[in-house]
Amino acid sequence: MTRIVSLCLFVALWQVGALLLGPRYLPEPMAVAATLLAEARSGALAFNLGVTLARVLAGFSLAMVIGSALGVALGRLTWLDRLVDPWLVIVLNTPALVVIMFAYIWGGLNEVSALAAITLNKLPNAVVTLREGARALDPALDEMAKVFVFSRLRRWRHVVAPQLAPYFAAAARGGLALVWKIVLVVELLGRPNGVGFKMNEAFQLFDLRLLLAYALPFVALMILVESFVLRPAERSASWWRRHGA
Amino acid sequence: MALEIEIARKAFRLADRGERIVFDRFSLSVAEGSIVALLGPSGCGKSSLLRIIAGLDTDFSGVVTNRPARVGMAFQEPRLLPWRSVADNLRLAAPGLTDEALAALLAAFELEGRGGDYPGQLSLGLARRAALARAFAVEPELMLLDEPFASLDRALHLRLRALLAQRIGAKKITALIATHDLDDALLLADEIIFLEPAPARIRGRLPIPAPRGSRDENLTKLRASAAIYQVNDAPGNGNSEGAT
Repeated sequence: MTRIVSLCLFVALWQVGALLLGPRYLPEPMAVAATLLAEARSGALAFNLGVTLARVLAGFSLAMVIGSALGVALGRLTWLDRLVDPWLVIVLNTPALVVIMFAYIWGGLNEVSALAAITLNKLPNAVVTLREGARALDPALDEMAKVFVFSRLRRWRHVVAPQLAPYFAAAARGGLALVWKIVLVVELLGRPNGVGFKMNEAFQLFDLRLLLAYALPFVALMILVESFVLRPAERSASWWRRHGA
Repeated sequence: MALEIEIARKAFRLADRGERIVFDRFSLSVAEGSIVALLGPSGCGKSSLLRIIAGLDTDFSGVVTNRPARVGMAFQEPRLLPWRSVADNLRLAAPGLTDEALAALLAAFELEGRGGDYPGQLSLGLARRAALARAFAVEPELMLLDEPFASLDRALHLRLRALLAQRIGAKKITALIATHDLDDALLLADEIIFLEPAPARIRGRLPIPAPRGSRDENLTKLRASAAIYQVNDAPGNGNSEGAT
């Protein structure tokens, strides 16, 4: 309930701001809604949103799969961790923009380079989180599994995976917010479609209505994914904690 | 075939670069089917010995021979998987467990109706019983029990001990029970091995021929027979007459 009131207040403030600043600096909500509707009717909105969403999902999945595998390996193997850790710190601290530019220069302005850039930007974050998870694995349960001769599969499924699940969920949640921001930059710099591309177009025309008409549905979509997919997933990852202490 | 443990040397590295020797030329033979209690003060190496026998600790010089394939173990803590129900915890340890056998086990450890519960919902006493049930679920040829009654209140301790005495006597298995409580050893074991503080040495072995069922009434006499080993009890563990 408070959330709805808060949202209404936001729109009201926007309206007031638009009246004070004038359409050159802040278009009114209704004007943005009209542009949004026009874009939706022409099919451009759905197409560009779809393309961007596909890039977000592909880059996100790739980064999560590769990052988790690498993170768990680093958490378990000290020598590998010592070897890879400095690189990880370098990649973590390299600006996303630099990674994207290198990807485009080396790989050309194509979808593969775009995907590589997105994945590389998210990867270290997933690695670091899952590495923490692998380090926090309970050796006591490991010993239990050894004494009772758990098979490899049984050990992963029933002993290791449930312990890693909360870390995976945390990496996924933080990851999505990161990935969709990076995807926009990737599109702005070197793709001929997608929300980022449209925003660039709007920026060059100084068309704030178009900019907002793409920004708002995109943000709304991400909030929906966050609250209806990722958050429930995170909750179910630690459901057993709610059974007592 | 008797279980043979030969430890030439086992030491733990300490933080300040020194080391603490736990075993130095230690050997122990446990006859097949006999139940042996390892009795000694805390920190004398009982847990280390069980971990070496279980194969969890391989960082020692020496050898354990004739370790059977099926080993059941109850650790000092229950070590149940908190994200699996009690029944699933048992099934995961013993994949061949039938539903009837599972029900019988839960009943034997007074866990009827708790199979669907998660470990977080159990009290420590119940969790320990579940851990013991799990150890029995694999139908072990060798049972290792590490302080099975630690940090339980007195009443629970006695009940669980009675349960275990009944259970352990019913099947022919080799068992090692680490404890610092003389009464536990006297009531459960066929033989008590008295250990000295680290580096662990066997101070003496006391066979207990009396049948397990009749020991409760003869406990005072049994305690007296152990007195020659000068068992010094830690205060508050319930044996008032064990010490000389």
